[in-house]
Amino acid sequence: MKMTEKEFRQRVKRASPPSPKLKNLIWAYAVGGGICAVGQLLKVGYTALGLSADTVKMAVPCTLIFAAALLTGLRLFERLAKHAGAGTLVPITGFANAVVSPAIEYKSEGYVPGIGTKMFAIAGPVILYGTVASVIYGVIYWLIEYV
Amino acid sequence: MAKRIGKRTVRLEQKIGVIGYGAVVGKKEHEGPLGQEFDAFSDDNRFGEVSYEKAESRLQTLSVDTAVSKAGLEIGDIDCIFAGDLLNQCIGSTFGLRSTERPVVGLYGACSTMTLSLCMAATMLESGAAKTAVAVTSSHFCSAERQYRFPLEYGNQRTPTAQWTTTASGALVLTQGVGSVYIDEYCIGQIVDLGVTDQNNMGAAMAPSAADTLCHYFEDTGTTPEDFDLVFTGDLGQVGTDLLYDLVAEQGYALRCRHSDCGLLMFDREKQDVHAGGSGCGCSAAVLASYVMHRFEDGTFHDVLFCSTGALLSPTSVMQGESIPGVTHLVHLKGKK
Repeated sequence: MKMTEKEFRQRVKRASPPSPKLKNLIWAYAVGGGICAVGQLLKVGYTALGLSADTVKMAVPCTLIFAAALLTGLRLFERLAKHAGAGTLVPITGFANAVVSPAIEYKSEGYVPGIGTKMFAIAGPVILYGTVASVIYGVIYWLIEYV
Repeated sequence: MAKRIGKRTVRLEQKIGVIGYGAVVGKKEHEGPLGQEFDAFSDDNRFGEVSYEKAESRLQTLSVDTAVSKAGLEIGDIDCIFAGDLLNQCIGSTFGLRSTERPVVGLYGACSTMTLSLCMAATMLESGAAKTAVAVTSSHFCSAERQYRFPLEYGNQRTPTAQWTTTASGALVLTQGVGSVYIDEYCIGQIVDLGVTDQNNMGAAMAPSAADTLCHYFEDTGTTPEDFDLVFTGDLGQVGTDLLYDLVAEQGYALRCRHSDCGLLMFDREKQDVHAGGSGCGCSAAVLASYVMHRFEDGTFHDVLFCSTGALLSPTSVMQGESIPGVTHLVHLKGKK
């Protein structure tokens, strides 16, 4: 094969159909927006039920996480996410799915080597780098505020 | 004795005939265009087992049992089994064939394993080291997803170039001297790597190796695609197939009118949402052990080149940023004229 990697890469690019970006964007916008709207409705509903502002802040994400976990278990989340992409991935629902799906999947390897080890295989990096980012943010905030 | 023709091709002087074949698939594959060709299928992705890995082993057990019984033999009559799958350490084959109590050679060539196992079995049979042998491979969508990608319930979006791992197993029983279809020649491929790193575009990673093996074979034997009823590739899918046509055309061979890809035959791409097509080493095995053999039997095919194509990646190599090398092995199958 007398072809360089660069030449072949260009050829692969020509032969590979691109992702339907506009369709994906519309789906992500509609579903992601829908999830946020549900969050807002929950907030209004919980407030109307007389919950304190702090409790509402906890109850809304808890409800969304529970719903995402339940839908993951019912194999419905993946069907929606296949179309919605970032629309389901970015909100807290995506995080719940990323934790619950390996927990279900690796049950066959047992509670410790399976669920225990693999549960955070996808969400782990988000937790790690989220924590690191918050520490850096905290240090910058401290410097600006007190130095 | 086997003779080397040209640089790569091996011509077998003894006829190595196919005397039995069996193909077992999952529900989605049964619903595909080839659904009626397969011997058995299951609505249950787990095939009555507790894990997907055990389900894949079950697939292999079933396809081997079917092939051996169609050959009119007992499993005890088989001298050696050449088997492979996609799982780490080939556990699909190991546990699927554990109860056979026959000598087993475990092979790994990713999705190219079916033709690799046929080449190895043919060599052993021709040398007289065995009288009957089985070549078998399997793949399972769920066990492959678990190992190579994400948990099944994880919500992610596939790219249009991604392929769908076939839940299937195909087995062939081979022997020396008899059989209406026989292996005439084979060609073991070299590893070809043109730097594709996208594991969601394995057709592109494998196409250069398919072109390399095919062109070497045509050159060694002085043949062209027109000399065959059909040239099958394993699982290049749509992207890999398009690239293959261009690559062989540059070497002076027109393949388009004489080519079929098992990954494209297995599913209806539009209706079954498999994006670029099927993949997995059970894909070419099941198509060979059903559709191809049936067409030989009904007289449609007399002369076929069958090349399974493999993408030699592992989850570790992908994470370390390695490219995806491809490998393609070829067998020339002949039927009664």
